[in-house]
Amino acid sequence: MYLTPQEQSLLNGDHGPTAQKAMQILTALGRIYGAERMIPVGSVQVSGVSYANLGEAGLDWLAEMAAGGGRVQVLTTLNPAGMDIENYKKLGISEEFAANQRRVLEAFEAMGIVTTCSCTPYLFGNLPRFGEHIAWAESSAVCYANAVLGARTNREGGPSALAAALTGVTPAYGYHLDENRQPTVHIEIEADVLNNPDFGALGKAIGDRLQAESLGKVPYMTGIHEATLENLKSFCASIATFGGVALFHIPGLTPEAGQFTPPVKVIRILQAGLDQARQALNTAAPNEVDFVSLGCPHLSLREIQRIAELLKDQQVKKEFWITTSRPVKGMADRMGYTAVIEAAGAKFATDTCCVVAPIKGRFTALATDSAKACYYAEGKNRFKTRLLDFDAVVREALQ
Amino acid sequence: MTPAASLQGRSIFPGQVSGEVLVSRMGISFYGGVDPETGIVTEAGHDLAGQSIAGKLLIFPTGKGSTVGSYILYRLKKNGHAPLAIINAECETITAVGCIIAEIPCLDRVDLSPFTTGQQITLDAGLGEVTIYS
Repeated sequence: MYLTPQEQSLLNGDHGPTAQKAMQILTALGRIYGAERMIPVGSVQVSGVSYANLGEAGLDWLAEMAAGGGRVQVLTTLNPAGMDIENYKKLGISEEFAANQRRVLEAFEAMGIVTTCSCTPYLFGNLPRFGEHIAWAESSAVCYANAVLGARTNREGGPSALAAALTGVTPAYGYHLDENRQPTVHIEIEADVLNNPDFGALGKAIGDRLQAESLGKVPYMTGIHEATLENLKSFCASIATFGGVALFHIPGLTPEAGQFTPPVKVIRILQAGLDQARQALNTAAPNEVDFVSLGCPHLSLREIQRIAELLKDQQVKKEFWITTSRPVKGMADRMGYTAVIEAAGAKFATDTCCVVAPIKGRFTALATDSAKACYYAEGKNRFKTRLLDFDAVVREALQ
Repeated sequence: MTPAASLQGRSIFPGQVSGEVLVSRMGISFYGGVDPETGIVTEAGHDLAGQSIAGKLLIFPTGKGSTVGSYILYRLKKNGHAPLAIINAECETITAVGCIIAEIPCLDRVDLSPFTTGQQITLDAGLGEVTIYS
């Protein structure tokens, strides 16, 4: 693998132990995946932030990297933490967990990382341009950046994303290269895909098929003609979760689709297949729901506005978490949506989400509009799930 | 002891060690599959279930599971329960990053068929050389 004199000097340890460790990680990955060189990245999104996932070991390593004098070289934002940094007590998070979570954030901050704590960095200032090379972790944001924005990133893990941030480069392999961005399978969709749970179920239906059959991981999808930003962020989260997909193309909707012709290999998704995927994510009986949440991925301002419309002069009867980023919450505060929502008894869980907060076993059944949230509720937190349309989730909280 | 066989692999993280081999024919998920406090494999149905990887030259085909597994290798090292070195048929991101941050010698692209549990071997992961003693 070719290294520039500057990259070689980082690897030699001339710029301190943290930069050296970062370059060791990147060169090893470059060797494993056959990269010929490094490429500069425009921005980084780092995952592995919740203390519940990192544990003491992960925190130790981050603290060591911070102590080694590491500073990020490019705009670097952070995935959700295990708690709302300001409002954790109301959400039932212990002081002990809060103290450990703060130590994690301090280590990231010491390296110059913007502690945004969100899975939707593209909604507030970490917005790569078409064709830009980036190094992002967070599988839903990776998929959104590649497919919807046309930026170029592999599915990084926490340490490899941090290594890219500390050096400003990443090995050139995988989705950074033209040949790996070509579609591998044509997905013909003959079903009504209208709202977030439909898009989530579609992500599961396609993801399950791609996991089961060797058809590559870059779908070219026809039969979808309309999708909002919110639909696409929901779909990206689902197809990344169920299929490990980091890139897809939809003619008329995503920017690179026009460069390609549909692949020869075809999978058809019919209404029955979509209904089946949606049914598989509905494991709870309607009367079992005791936890309601919206915001996987983190809510846009438009979605929060809709919640405020539906909750105006109402009172929720169930624990209802609204998960979003701090910058979007700030806009909701200014617009008066937060006040309406909190007056109705719903709780903002900013900086965090139901996937990474330490809530295992706390509830029986979750109602959500997100297929990804269903997957982690079941597998990680042992909740049953109900996958409903956005408005129906809010109504569920009122029952 | 006389060398019985020498093998060549690809360096992932350098280091020279000698010790006893522990072989698995299955993938290992360090997150959820290995107890970070003891080094004992906890994954039900795994061919190493109940055995400790601590202090062994751990040989398995490839890693699997969550990327948090890299931090588990780091934690094992801090607790003194890490493997002495790792040899894979094909190393992937989780094991590679774990070995680099924990500074565990690692190499891959080695033919694993000559290895059996209990063998004594020496390894220079920087040069990618493994020697098996009978």
